[in-house]
Amino acid sequence: MSESAITQAGRPILEEHFETLPAQEEARKLGMWVFLITEILFFGGLFATYTVYRELYLPGFTQGSHFIEVKWGAINTAVLIVSSLTMALAIRSVQVGKRKGTTLGLLGITMLLGVVFLCIKFILEWRVDYLHHHVPGINFDYAGPHAAHVKLFFLFYFYMTGLHAIHVIVGIGILLALSYLTWRGRFSPKYYSPIEVAGLYWHFVDIIWIFLFPLLYLIGGR
Amino acid sequence: MIQVFNFGIATAASLFFPLHPPAASTIAPQVDYLYYFLTAFTLFFTFLIFAFIFYFMVKYRRRSEDEVPEEVKVSIPLELTWTLIPTAICALIFFWGSSLFFRNARPPANSMEVFVVGKQWMWQLQHANGAREINELHVPLNVPVKLTMTSEDVIHDFFVPAFRVKEDVLPGRYTSIWFQATKLGSFMFECAQMCGAFHSSMHGEVIVMKPDDFAHWLATNAPSQTMSSAGGQLFSQLGCASCHQEDSSGKYPQLAGIYGHQVTLRNGARATVDEGFLRSAIVNPNSEPVAGYSVSMPSFQGQINEVQLLDLIAYIKTLGAARKEAAIQ
Amino acid sequence: MSVAVAELATRSRVHYLNESYGVKSWLLTTDHKRIAILYMVSITFMFLVGACAAALMRIQLLEPAGAIVQPETYNKLFSIHGIIMVWFFLIPSIPAVLGNFLIPMMIGARDVAFPKLNLLSWYIYIIGACFILYTLIYGGVDTGWTFYTPYSSTYSNSHVFGAAAGVFIVGFSSILTGLNFIVTVHKMRAPGMTWFRLPLFIWSLYATSIVLVLATPVLAITLSLMAMERFLHIGIFNPAIGGDPLLFQHLFWFYSHPAVYIMVLPAMGVISELVAAYSRRRVYGYAFVAFSSFAIALIAFLVWGHHMFVSGQSVYAGMVFSALSFLVAIPSGIKVFNWTATLYKGSNSYDAPMLYALGFLGLFTMGGLTGLFLASLSIDVHLHDTYFVIAHFHYIMVGGSVMAYMGGLHYWWPKMTGRLYPDKWARFAAFTIFIGFNLTFFPQYILGYLGMLRRYAVYPAQFQALNVLSSAGASILGVGYFIPLVYLIWSMRYGREAGPNPWRAKGLEWETASPPPRENFEETPIVTEEAYAYPTRPRAVRV
Ligand SMILES: [Cu+2]
Ligand SMILES: [Cu+2]
Repeated sequence: MSESAITQAGRPILEEHFETLPAQEEARKLGMWVFLITEILFFGGLFATYTVYRELYLPGFTQGSHFIEVKWGAINTAVLIVSSLTMALAIRSVQVGKRKGTTLGLLGITMLLGVVFLCIKFILEWRVDYLHHHVPGINFDYAGPHAAHVKLFFLFYFYMTGLHAIHVIVGIGILLALSYLTWRGRFSPKYYSPIEVAGLYWHFVDIIWIFLFPLLYLIGGR
Repeated sequence: MIQVFNFGIATAASLFFPLHPPAASTIAPQVDYLYYFLTAFTLFFTFLIFAFIFYFMVKYRRRSEDEVPEEVKVSIPLELTWTLIPTAICALIFFWGSSLFFRNARPPANSMEVFVVGKQWMWQLQHANGAREINELHVPLNVPVKLTMTSEDVIHDFFVPAFRVKEDVLPGRYTSIWFQATKLGSFMFECAQMCGAFHSSMHGEVIVMKPDDFAHWLATNAPSQTMSSAGGQLFSQLGCASCHQEDSSGKYPQLAGIYGHQVTLRNGARATVDEGFLRSAIVNPNSEPVAGYSVSMPSFQGQINEVQLLDLIAYIKTLGAARKEAAIQ
Repeated sequence: MSVAVAELATRSRVHYLNESYGVKSWLLTTDHKRIAILYMVSITFMFLVGACAAALMRIQLLEPAGAIVQPETYNKLFSIHGIIMVWFFLIPSIPAVLGNFLIPMMIGARDVAFPKLNLLSWYIYIIGACFILYTLIYGGVDTGWTFYTPYSSTYSNSHVFGAAAGVFIVGFSSILTGLNFIVTVHKMRAPGMTWFRLPLFIWSLYATSIVLVLATPVLAITLSLMAMERFLHIGIFNPAIGGDPLLFQHLFWFYSHPAVYIMVLPAMGVISELVAAYSRRRVYGYAFVAFSSFAIALIAFLVWGHHMFVSGQSVYAGMVFSALSFLVAIPSGIKVFNWTATLYKGSNSYDAPMLYALGFLGLFTMGGLTGLFLASLSIDVHLHDTYFVIAHFHYIMVGGSVMAYMGGLHYWWPKMTGRLYPDKWARFAAFTIFIGFNLTFFPQYILGYLGMLRRYAVYPAQFQALNVLSSAGASILGVGYFIPLVYLIWSMRYGREAGPNPWRAKGLEWETASPPPRENFEETPIVTEEAYAYPTRPRAVRV
């Protein structure tokens, strides 16, 4: 309701239950931090389970890991790291009051890199896994040694990377909304907390991938 | 003091209804003793709190709407007292309970072995001489008995209230408990872990007999085969023998004397060959391969049931015993 | 909608209940007070469903061979009872109803930090509840609330997926509530409201929120893995296809032990408020009570293994978990002693909420001390999965948390509705609940030591006498819960006007009108004194 009422460029929006704007911004930032802590425990539970099984069934997990391509994992790591950089630059750009175009450009690159990440993930990796009959529950077919454990590895692989991909998609959605608001001139050096908070989220998603990459792709050396 | 108090509570209350199940094993009285101590402790503190509340509520009841109560300063020594005294009591109970648990964690070396397989919703029990029982377990008086247990399906739990022993019975691995019965008679055992529709009907009876009667019972119920001879038959039927016994090329591990020994695994770790190790070596041979052998063994998962597995393991154990005896002679 | 407001304003003051009318004004509200009421109605409904299941269970157990239903049905009864009471009643009860209503009022804020998120939490709760009710109507689930694998993931033929989905979803509701509370307490406090001026209710809900945010995601992961094994037949927890059944238990209890404290910490907060208000003095040892909540929240994460003493875990792991479990008892003990000491030289009244609080003190003490039996390794071997465990946690959860919820509801009812309930009936109900509760659950301690196992649809005949006693007690308990349902609803229309502060209690929530206006306070309060600043007279000097 109140959002559509605001048209003036860069006008801060104070929700009625907050006393001051800094209080509102701090609350949003803390809210995101607490949310990220929940997320850490969410992925953490998964990482812990994965680690236990990796210890128990190392040969099977090593075998499974050899079926996925380190190359793509490494490229995707680079893609996300660069996207974190452009995200940080986008925040910086609103903070110091650069032109709208600069901010929009940086947000655009960040989203584009997110899309590149997803394309590599889905088209160059998942699709190939599917063709190789590596998708548990759909077409898993592998008869070599440790078959049950390879299957378990792939279950974790799809669960963990899938959950992460959902986070990337949500992140792109948030950035899209923020780009629209930027274009409408909603943010200024005085008011940019939504972009800052979205940045926190984006960096977090990046960090999760930095843990996922070695956990899944680099088991037992090559 | 405490003993007298405990005894007092126990007898007074048991005039009306029993407070504990029959105590028919060596550890049962020890567990009961701690239990009554804890009961006395709980009742004492509950009454203490109730007494204080009652006293304060009556003595300091509100006498008028405008009453202003007297100031009370928080006393740090008092706070410390009611922190440290409970801590000390908790430490005492912890050491008591844990040492009792620890002392009884391992079965005595001379225990008689019985094998238990739980499945929805019955208990299969088997003695070393091959005698089998369903939902009944005959044991001799005053002899330690070790149960090695596993499940065909879900998690069950073997619980003998009169012996104060209980342990989950898991699929895919062995757990064990032991007891030494001290009273003749029959005592119920129950499944304590929710295992499906007829979970509450999954019970049976332990029948404690005089050793002579038990020996007689065992002899009359003995089948033509002991567990290990049934296992020996399986050993050749399933083709285990061709690699693990008759082949002398050194390509396959030879099993004589292997039980109870340590082996080195391919990943460098050391493992002791016990029932659990043998079980997973048969069912899941490539999960923990032994170093020095490159040929992989086919898995027997799904081809033999838990009872047959126990037979096979019993047979492999005798291979070791035979060699040891030969060495002594 | 403003027409209705204007019309009513001529008759009485505008407050949060009458500022707007209609279903939409409730379903789209972002007012924390209205959301609290939405939660109150929803959890009361779920409580009634869970209570019906409990009633049928107690009837079944009147006879050793089972009085009314087949064992399969009985398994579904206790499963739905556990699932509903834990996730759809106890966990949201005090936080989502009393916490939602009171946290902003107690710290002098206009609302919680994220009002829309708050409404979203309620909708997530409702979606979760729909899954559970769907499961119930279409045949039920029979795994128990613990969903142990491989039974749940492979062998059960019931609606495991629906139930697990309901629990999975409602977890996000808890997480968002916890998040909202943490930020609210940090960032929304009125000027002058320092941390050490906060009421103890806020401290304990803050500790609870931390546990909610940290523990609940692990439950979500655990249940999702279980559901995947069930659907995709991949060996995660079922050893027959290569999984590990104990890992499920570790993960489940890593959440579910802290969940016990999610249920009881808020109750402790309520008791602090009640004891202070009805003895008209500051809670004795304020700092000790406040910090003990954090000690509990911290240690709660380290004791999950005490649910697995007989699951085949190593002897040494058992000893560590046992020692830590004893440790977590200490801060609870500190609280009980401090509350009792608050009564010393107080101006103690016998109002109904105080009776609930005193009931809590006794029952919680009993429940906590019997927890020591279960923390003690060799006793737990015998008591594990028996009725002793059932009695123990009902003393904590019902004797503790539900008593506190009822006490809190009575204490703040005049604030929430602006009306007073008939005090005589309220006291009678508190008394009935106390008696009924003890009759129901005390016999279960004895049954447990005798060897009566939980989740048994049929049982050995020698346990019948105590079971009948327990069922009889349950009927009294049922009546005890029914009475408040009647007079509280009655009071909303016919109760006396309460006025802003009927108990003459301290605390910001009592400084505004009852029911409060939409923004809680006419103007933002400025806090200048400690919590519970009741006047005292100097110590009498004896000559
Ligand atoms: Cu069973
Ligand atoms: Cu626990």
